[in-house]
Amino acid sequence: MNNNIKRIGTLVLTGVMIISAAAMVGGCNKQDNNKEKDTIVVGIQQALDGLDPHTVESAGTREVLYNVFEGLIKVESDGTISAALASEYSINDEGTVYTFVIRENVKFHDGSVLTTEDVKYSIERNAGLLSEGGEALDDAFTNIESVNIKEGNKVELVLKTADSEFISYLNEPVIKKDGEKNANEKKGPVGTGPYKVIENVAGDRLELTKFDDYWNPEKAANIKNVTFKVVTASSAMLGMKAGTIDIFPYITEDQANELEAAGFEILDGNTNLVQALYLNHNCDKFKDVSVRKALNYAIDKQEILDMVAGGKGTILGSALFEGFGKYYKDCAGIYQYDADKAKTLLEDALGGEKLTFTVRVPANYEVHMNTALVIQNQLKEIGVDMKIDAIDWSTWLEEVYAGNNYEATVVGIDAKLAPKDMMRRYYSKGSGNLTAYNNPEFDKLYEEAVATTDEAKKQELYHKMQDLLAEEAASVFIQDNVQLVAINKKLTGYTFYPIYVQDMACVKWK
Amino acid sequence: MKSVIKKIITFTITLLLVSMVAFLMFQVIPGDSVLTKAGMNATPERIEELREAYGLNENIVVRYFNWLKGFVTGNGYKSYTYNMDVWDLVIPNLKATILLAGYSLIIILAVSIPLGTVLGYMSGKKKKSVSRKIGSLFDVVNQGIMAVPSFFLGIMISIVFGLMLKWFIPGQIVSLEDDFLGFIGAITPAAVAVAVPKIAMLTKFTKSSITENIRADYVRTARSKGMTLTSILFKHVLKNALIPVITVTGVISTEIFAGSIVVEQVFGIPGLGKVLINSISSRDYPVVMAAVVYSAIVVLTVNLIVDIAYRIVDPRMGGKS
Repeated sequence: MNNNIKRIGTLVLTGVMIISAAAMVGGCNKQDNNKEKDTIVVGIQQALDGLDPHTVESAGTREVLYNVFEGLIKVESDGTISAALASEYSINDEGTVYTFVIRENVKFHDGSVLTTEDVKYSIERNAGLLSEGGEALDDAFTNIESVNIKEGNKVELVLKTADSEFISYLNEPVIKKDGEKNANEKKGPVGTGPYKVIENVAGDRLELTKFDDYWNPEKAANIKNVTFKVVTASSAMLGMKAGTIDIFPYITEDQANELEAAGFEILDGNTNLVQALYLNHNCDKFKDVSVRKALNYAIDKQEILDMVAGGKGTILGSALFEGFGKYYKDCAGIYQYDADKAKTLLEDALGGEKLTFTVRVPANYEVHMNTALVIQNQLKEIGVDMKIDAIDWSTWLEEVYAGNNYEATVVGIDAKLAPKDMMRRYYSKGSGNLTAYNNPEFDKLYEEAVATTDEAKKQELYHKMQDLLAEEAASVFIQDNVQLVAINKKLTGYTFYPIYVQDMACVKWK
Repeated sequence: MKSVIKKIITFTITLLLVSMVAFLMFQVIPGDSVLTKAGMNATPERIEELREAYGLNENIVVRYFNWLKGFVTGNGYKSYTYNMDVWDLVIPNLKATILLAGYSLIIILAVSIPLGTVLGYMSGKKKKSVSRKIGSLFDVVNQGIMAVPSFFLGIMISIVFGLMLKWFIPGQIVSLEDDFLGFIGAITPAAVAVAVPKIAMLTKFTKSSITENIRADYVRTARSKGMTLTSILFKHVLKNALIPVITVTGVISTEIFAGSIVVEQVFGIPGLGKVLINSISSRDYPVVMAAVVYSAIVVLTVNLIVDIAYRIVDPRMGGKS
C-alpha cells in the first residue's frame, strides 16, 4: 500500500515535470509581430451561428461569411452597387423583371464552374420556391414570383409587385446547387469568394485560406490565411498586445486609446446604425409632440459624441444614416441644443408637472449605456427625471422590441441597404415598428415611395419622410456611431462598408 | 452489490431533479431564444417558423420531455445558435475543460501534499523551534494566496509571463486534435492560475492534519518503540491524516471541473466556459442544459469517488450505508 502510494506519487511527479518541460519548449516559439505572417487573426466578439449563408441570422456571421460567399451584385464601400457574379444586369421600366447575365469564368471552391442553375437554386432557396408551400428564408425574397433561366447565360427574376429597390438584396450569397446538403459544421456549403473555409470550430474560430482560382484578380486575397477567432474583449486586448490578434473591430473608445498607446493603428468608420433615444408612442407621456420636441431640444448630441466616443461619430436628425447615399437627408440642424426652449415647451405641455420616465437599455452595449448616462444628466438640467433600467440583449429583444413593454430605450438600429427596410419601422402596418409610430401622412408617403420606380420621385419621397419624422420629433435621433477598429500597424487596406462586412481580401502587408 | 445499485438510482434521480429545476428556471428568466437568434430584421413569420422548428410552442412538460429525449438519445438535439448537434459542439469543448481541470488537479496534488506533509512535520516539532516558525510564516503566505481569485491570477500571469517575459503567447491555443502536447503546453499558464489558490488551500489542510496527527499518542508510542519519525510519518501518520485531505480534494475537484469557466475566458481556451457564456447570453437552452447536467455529473461523481476513497483509506467507514 505504502509502496503503491509512493509509486503513484513518483509517476505523477514525473508526469508533471515532463509536461512542464514540454510547455517551456512550446513557450519558446516567440512570435515576431513585425514580420509578415502567413496568417492574420481577426478577433470577433460574437460566435458564428453557422456557415450556411442563407440560414444564418446574425449580422456578425454574415459579415464574416462575406469573405467566402458572393452575390450577384456587390455593395461597394461608397454605397454604390456593382456587378459581381452577374457581369451585368437590367431592370424593366415597371421594376418587376430583373435580368442578370451570369459571369462565365467563375469557379466554386471545389473547382466546379458557376452555372445559371446554381444562381436559380440559391434565389429559389431564399424565396422558399424550391418546394410547394416552402417558407422563405429571407423576408425580402417573398416578393419573388419566379426565377427563370434564359438563353445566353441569363437568369430572369420576376417580382410579384414592383420594387425598384430590390437590387440591393441581391448581394445575398450564391451557393452551389444542393451545396448545403453535403455541407457540415466544419466546412459549410461551397461558395465563390476570395477565401475558402479550411475549418470551422463552432464557438471558437473560423479558419480561411486564399482561393487561388478566384475569378476577379483585382479583388483577390492578398494574405494567405485569415482566422476569425471568437474572443472576449479582455482576452482580445491581451491577444493584441501579445501579437496573436491582428485586427479587432468594434472596440470602445477606452480600448482604442489603450491599443493606440500599445502601438496599434486605430481606424474609424461608421457602424451604420441609427442610435436614438427611441420613444414609445403607445406611452401616454410621449403622445404630446411638444414633450417630444422638448426632449429633442434638451439633448446635446455633440456632448454625447464627446463623452462616449471622443467626439467621433455622425450626428443624425432623422431615421436614415449616410450609408443610404442619395436617399439620406441631413436633418441634424432641425433641433439645436437649447435648454431654455426645452423648459418652456415642457412647461406649456405639462403645466409644471414633472416628467419622469424609465429608459430600458441593453447593458451589453457599452456605448448605449454611456449614451443613456449622458442623456440622464442632460435631462436633469430641464427638470426631467429619467431612470435607467439596464437589461441584457435577449431581454431587450423580448420585452422592448417584440413586447413593446417600455417607455423609452437607447439603442442602435441597422438595416439592409434598401431605405424601405429602415422606414418600415415607422410604417403603422409594418413589422418591426419599435416605437409604435402611427402617422397616416407618413404611411401614405411610405406606400408611394415603395411603389414608385421613378428614382427622382423615390428620392424626394424618402427625403420627405425623414423631414416628417424629424419635425414630428418621432424620437430623439442621435448619431450613427463611430466604428473603431484596431489593426496591426504593418497592415493596410482595411475598408469600411455601409453594410456589415469584414472584407479581408483588401487587407495586405504594407 | 445492493449499495452499488442504490447509488446508481440515487445518482440518476438527483440528475433528473437537477435538470428539471434548471429547465424550469430558464423558462422563468426573461429573454427569448428565437428572438435573440433572429434579431431585429426578422419578420414575425420567420420567428414563428423558428419557434415551431424548435418545438417552443409546446407546453413546458412536453418541452421538458422532448429535451430529455434529445439529451439521452442525441437525436435532433440541436443548438439554437450554432445550428449543429449539441454533442458535436459540447464534447470537444468538454475535452478541453476536463484536460485543463485534470492538469490543474495533478499540479495541485503533486505540490500541496508533499509540501503540506513537510510543513506539517515541521510544525509538529517543539515550540520555539526554527522549523515551527517557518511553518507559521508559510501559514501567513498561504492565507494570502488563497484569497487571490484565479481569474485575477490568470490576468497577472498573462501580463507578467506572457507580455513582459514572453515565456508564452497569451491567447495562442494549439488545436487539441492536431497536437496534444502542444495543447497541454498552451494551457499550462491557465492550469497554474487555477492551481495556485487551490494549492494554498490543500497545503493548509494537509499541514494541519499532519500536525494534529504527529502530536497524537500513537506517534509517541511508535517513537518509544524505536521507529524513526520519518518512517512513522510515511507508515502511519500520512494514512491517518488523509481523510480530511480527501474531503478537501473533493471540494476542490468539483470547483475546478465545473468552474474553470472564467479562467478559460481569460486565456481564450476553447472550453465549456466559452460555449456556456455564449449560450446563456443567447438563451441557447439545449447547450446550457448540457453544461448544467455536466456540472451536476461532476459533483455527483466526485462525491462518489470521495466516498470510495474514504473506504480504501479507512475500511471502517464502509460499515454503514
